[in-house]
Amino acid sequence: MAKKHSNKLDFDTGWHYDPAPESPELAKLKDSYDLFIDGKFVKPTSGKYFDTTSPSSQKTLAKVAEADKRDVAKAVTAARKAYEGTWSRIRPSERGKYLFRIARVIQERSRELAVTESLDGGKPIRESRDIDLPLVAAHFFYHAGWADKLSYAFPGRKVGPVGVAGQIIPWNFPLLMAAWKIAPALATGNTVVIKPAETTPLTSLKLAEILQEVDLPPGVVNILTGAGSTGECIVRHPDVDKIAFTGSTEVGKLIRKTLAGTDKRLTLELGGKAANIVFEDAALDQAVEGIVNGIFFNQGHVCCAGSRLLVQESISEKIVRKLKDRMETLVVGDPLDKNTDIGAINSKEQLKKIQGYLKVGQREGAEIFQTSCPLPKRGNWCPPTLFLNASQSHRISQEEIFGPVLAIQTFRTVDEAIEKANNTPFGLSGGVWTDKGAKAFHVSERIKAGVVWTNTFNKFDPASPFGGYKESGFGREGGRHGLEAYLNISETGGNR
Amino acid sequence: MSRNSPDKRLSVAKTYKLYIGGKFPRTESGRTFEARSHSGDLLANLCRASRKDLREAVVVARKAFPGWAKRSGYNRGQILYRIAEMMEGRIDQLVNEVSSQGVSPQKALKEVETSIERFVHYAGWADKYAQVHSSVNPVSSSHFNFSVPEPMGIVGIIPPNEPSLLGLATLLAPALAGGNVTISLVSETRPLAPATFAEILHSSDVPPGVVNILTGFRKELLPDFSTHMDVNAILAADLSTKEKKLTEENSALNLKRVVHLPSKAISATDNPGLSPILSLQETKTTWHPIGT
Repeated sequence: MAKKHSNKLDFDTGWHYDPAPESPELAKLKDSYDLFIDGKFVKPTSGKYFDTTSPSSQKTLAKVAEADKRDVAKAVTAARKAYEGTWSRIRPSERGKYLFRIARVIQERSRELAVTESLDGGKPIRESRDIDLPLVAAHFFYHAGWADKLSYAFPGRKVGPVGVAGQIIPWNFPLLMAAWKIAPALATGNTVVIKPAETTPLTSLKLAEILQEVDLPPGVVNILTGAGSTGECIVRHPDVDKIAFTGSTEVGKLIRKTLAGTDKRLTLELGGKAANIVFEDAALDQAVEGIVNGIFFNQGHVCCAGSRLLVQESISEKIVRKLKDRMETLVVGDPLDKNTDIGAINSKEQLKKIQGYLKVGQREGAEIFQTSCPLPKRGNWCPPTLFLNASQSHRISQEEIFGPVLAIQTFRTVDEAIEKANNTPFGLSGGVWTDKGAKAFHVSERIKAGVVWTNTFNKFDPASPFGGYKESGFGREGGRHGLEAYLNISETGGNR
Repeated sequence: MSRNSPDKRLSVAKTYKLYIGGKFPRTESGRTFEARSHSGDLLANLCRASRKDLREAVVVARKAFPGWAKRSGYNRGQILYRIAEMMEGRIDQLVNEVSSQGVSPQKALKEVETSIERFVHYAGWADKYAQVHSSVNPVSSSHFNFSVPEPMGIVGIIPPNEPSLLGLATLLAPALAGGNVTISLVSETRPLAPATFAEILHSSDVPPGVVNILTGFRKELLPDFSTHMDVNAILAADLSTKEKKLTEENSALNLKRVVHLPSKAISATDNPGLSPILSLQETKTTWHPIGT
């Protein structure tokens, strides 16, 4: 337990939460799911299926088809046919109407989808219900309106669709990442072959049902489940015009290499090691909330997580004390329980990786603190963790852990904070906490990252471009800027 | 050139050197290669830059980057316009150098003039592209959310061998207008005008290290450009299929951005417009809460 201080933030009311779980039945899962190709659910050519399990209860939730090269070929053929035959020909406003329809059905089936997301991926229902699902619907709704207004987005330039987009998405925001990929691709007139992550395929397959429900023309979106090898087949398929990948920097680099010398377009949204910089003039209690949200949101399985805390030396003791007190109030447990703050770690492999870093951090000489929250007996769990006295060269300060683990460093001057914040190969996001407006702009301007949150953190919106600098990848998703990833843009000439 | 007549003045030939950090050093490697006229006469010995020269250029470019990126677009625009002014004053020399390597005088003049137009065009963009590209984004929560472009950093420029001066100008101007710093590996076959162009830059208020110009062999140096971990982007035109593949493969090391400009955009009279500037910009989005 954290030591009692006279000015401890008093979160303990003496009341305890009774469990308030959503019923897993709400997910309405089938026993088995096939591949979604050309508007139909079809069996995989190989006949192979794999289990998708709950990272909390460890129960098998469903059997899911594994797509191989032959299935990828079928899907790409369907996507090409749909692109040439219907999707690039129908009126843009009609394209938009399909997206509006999708957004509406997602809103209607939101509870079912949220429960499925938490069951399959382990994230707390409070997050899938209040963050993931509303954003998924908003993404389709936002992009729907772009479909017939693209010429307004890039004045002086001509735009057209790229063709067939191959998309590979991660397990941390399964349905939200599907929305981030599919909505802009369709709005701009492309067709899609998309592969959800191996450990979280279910909400994408439910999305396939929704696409059938809204009568989306066959082949416009094809959804293939499988592991890394399925993704590789999509990347290598010669008739795919564009690859969009969200995932690790390691795999992103491999894809970049694989596509070298081809004319395939590529956007990558990769790892991060964002610094949350807290200055002594910040509103400290708000900063503490921001730090907690920055690193413990979605178990820290967030590429833009604020996984480093840079705190000005004069307030470091105070911040750390407040932070530990606040962390003690976090409830780790059943993702379906509405009281849960931190759900299950997505997979055994990921848990092992995180635990490896916990050892590395201690071996490197940083001081570990973990909360005393009891953990469930079954499942993959990691309590909220922080490392004090981390140094810039420590692996826990340089490498993406992708778990609820915060590395804390101190700084004295503004320049030192900026230098430390930028001193990693990544550049996805950053945070600045100060009550001085001029300082906030000075620092946010100097952070080499695609998204900077000042006096807030981990905020997302379909109108807000998202994406990285440096080894966090290239291209933007969301907003007007995100459309570029799915358009061929040329100058109209006349620039004499 | 007759040197036999006692009354005939002996001409003073120029030594062509590299341009690194605002200085004109010889290559550290001591190597040279020959530039020859269309008819095969020796025109000059050019420095054959080495990997070490490139590394030195990266170090000075990195130092120059924050200052150049921080200058106002207005100021960068004036410097680009100054480059055009200085080129205009040296049209004859540039035309002579281009035509000495096998381009007809009319074509050479056209090439030099179009090169000047590029700098005028991009001088005017320097304080405008950010306004065109930026946005205030209508997010649903109570935040002030805006996106602005920021230069990528160090750009390795690989212009086509021909046209050598226009190729360099077409790639360099948008990179500079957008606040990037550059290291260019100029034409192997027609290096004279690009090498002289360095002197023009030197007298145009371009801060040291912002533009670095290397002469040498693409085959030798392209792998070094594309593998260097502190180069943020490569801007090229006219790479062969093999060169393109190699560059993109190597770029995976630090995910440097690789941008190819179509060769028809290089020689077109029309300026290539906004796209080349934006291809060397990152987009940064900042969120700020609104409240009391």
